[in-house]
Amino acid sequence: MKFLEEKIFKVIMICAAMIILFVLVYIIGTVFYRGFHSLTLDMITKLPGGGFYLGKEGGVLNAIVGSLYIILGALAISILLSVPLVMFINFYLPAKSIFASLIRFSLDILFGIPSIVYGAFGFAIMVYLGIRASLLGGILTVAMLIMPIMMRSFDEITRLLSRDLPDALLSLGATKYEMTKVILRQLMPGLVTAILLAVGRGIGDAATVLFTAGYTDNIPASLNQPAATLPLSIFFQLGSPVEEVQNRAYASAIILTVIILILSFSARYISSKFSKNKL
Amino acid sequence: MISQNHQHADDITNSFPGMNEAIILRKLIVNQSIRVENLDVYIEEQHILKDINMTIPEKSITCIIGPSGCGKSTFLKTLNRMHDETPEVKITGKVFVDDENIYGPGVNVIDTRKKMGLLAQRPCPLPMSIYENVAYGPRIHGIKRRKAINQTVIQYLQYVGLWDEVRERVHTSATRLSIGQQQRLCLARGLAIEPEYILGDEATSALDPLSTKKIEELFVKLKEKYTIILVTHTLRQAKRIADYIIFMYLGKIIEEGPTESFFSNPKKQLTRDYLSGSFS
Repeated sequence: MKFLEEKIFKVIMICAAMIILFVLVYIIGTVFYRGFHSLTLDMITKLPGGGFYLGKEGGVLNAIVGSLYIILGALAISILLSVPLVMFINFYLPAKSIFASLIRFSLDILFGIPSIVYGAFGFAIMVYLGIRASLLGGILTVAMLIMPIMMRSFDEITRLLSRDLPDALLSLGATKYEMTKVILRQLMPGLVTAILLAVGRGIGDAATVLFTAGYTDNIPASLNQPAATLPLSIFFQLGSPVEEVQNRAYASAIILTVIILILSFSARYISSKFSKNKL
Repeated sequence: MISQNHQHADDITNSFPGMNEAIILRKLIVNQSIRVENLDVYIEEQHILKDINMTIPEKSITCIIGPSGCGKSTFLKTLNRMHDETPEVKITGKVFVDDENIYGPGVNVIDTRKKMGLLAQRPCPLPMSIYENVAYGPRIHGIKRRKAINQTVIQYLQYVGLWDEVRERVHTSATRLSIGQQQRLCLARGLAIEPEYILGDEATSALDPLSTKKIEELFVKLKEKYTIILVTHTLRQAKRIADYIIFMYLGKIIEEGPTESFFSNPKKQLTRDYLSGSFS
């Protein structure tokens, strides 16, 4: 009987692992199978020409650049707010602070809010302020979406840090601020992980940018011009009845995946450079 | 005596207004010492340290011994005000360091901590190179000149006997050192801020016997210049290196005295029981 239990459980575990692998391979396989032939140099170097969505020539450079602008802008805002917040609740507030728990609880709630709600909220605020769908609107809304993710995951990693390092620094006579700087260096890989999670979520999200960033066939030249994004570009291309255009949607998905990969690798590289030596 | 010292210091500082006050004060301190008066420490509702009174002899090694949970580490933390970080801890009483009550009003906690070099139980190198680990203290305390920092780093690495072992790789990460080397690095890092006292919180309990021996030898060498206070679990260690022993039990000082007489002729029954291993 015990033997049977063991067997069944083993089968379940292997099945679970297999299903995950299958799903991954299936998704990537489909995307590459349908998109690979349409992935030409034109796709990444050209703006959509007239009739692009009917199968004529052009590329999705507008969406690539728009997505990068939005995610980099949103990242800048989120990092600037996440790092101070996490340092504050972990090292400036006492260990059993109610205020810190309150902040963590709020972040958990914000974490769970669907992105379309952020989109709608961002849109409502923009209407109130009289801002049109624009790069700025997109950046701010995506920042709202990814901030709780970044803060919460960075906070989780920071909480794992043992008290030894802060104690060692304080006993050397470091001020809290000096202490925080050294701790941040120790936490750099954790921060990078948090950033990557946030990027993954933010760059692929269509709902937040739908109303707030708008869509355009051009590259935005300033913050108050609308900006195209890859998820929306994929959405519009997929909606086309022309098969060539649908395949281009898959090609755009490959581009999006590759961008995320490049961002991941460069972030890891920068963090390993950054966490070495020197103050 | 206390007020006289302070008076004297004030006079001299006033008559040489351009001179660095800190340097004068340090030279004037006749009794470099730690004196504890009626110290009580509570953590939440628990009474951890009960009416502690003691004077730590200068330029010697004082070992605080006692079973786990007797308040040794808590006591050590009161000396460099590390309890400031935990608001649950309530402290009453006075701790005089160099004749200044460090829990008095207007005392700068950074100055107090700068006087105390702490060697923790587990070595905790900072996430930077070996060199930067030692240079960190002087840097945050305002030394900018590269030459001066360089000299300090080499001097203290040599002092703890690490220089020859790491001279080729001082700019590599400190975490790659063995744990014994890390502990000596932490000692060098603490010494580089030029403290007057060295606090050791079971500083050798994570180390192998050879590294333990090296650290103990360093403590013996260091007592020429510094007043050393060690919390230890090992009676043999206390016997080997201490000049003065303080035995604590359940938050109270049971007995204290010079090592020799403490071990050969303990006065209290509790001490005799502890030394004979009846409880630990």
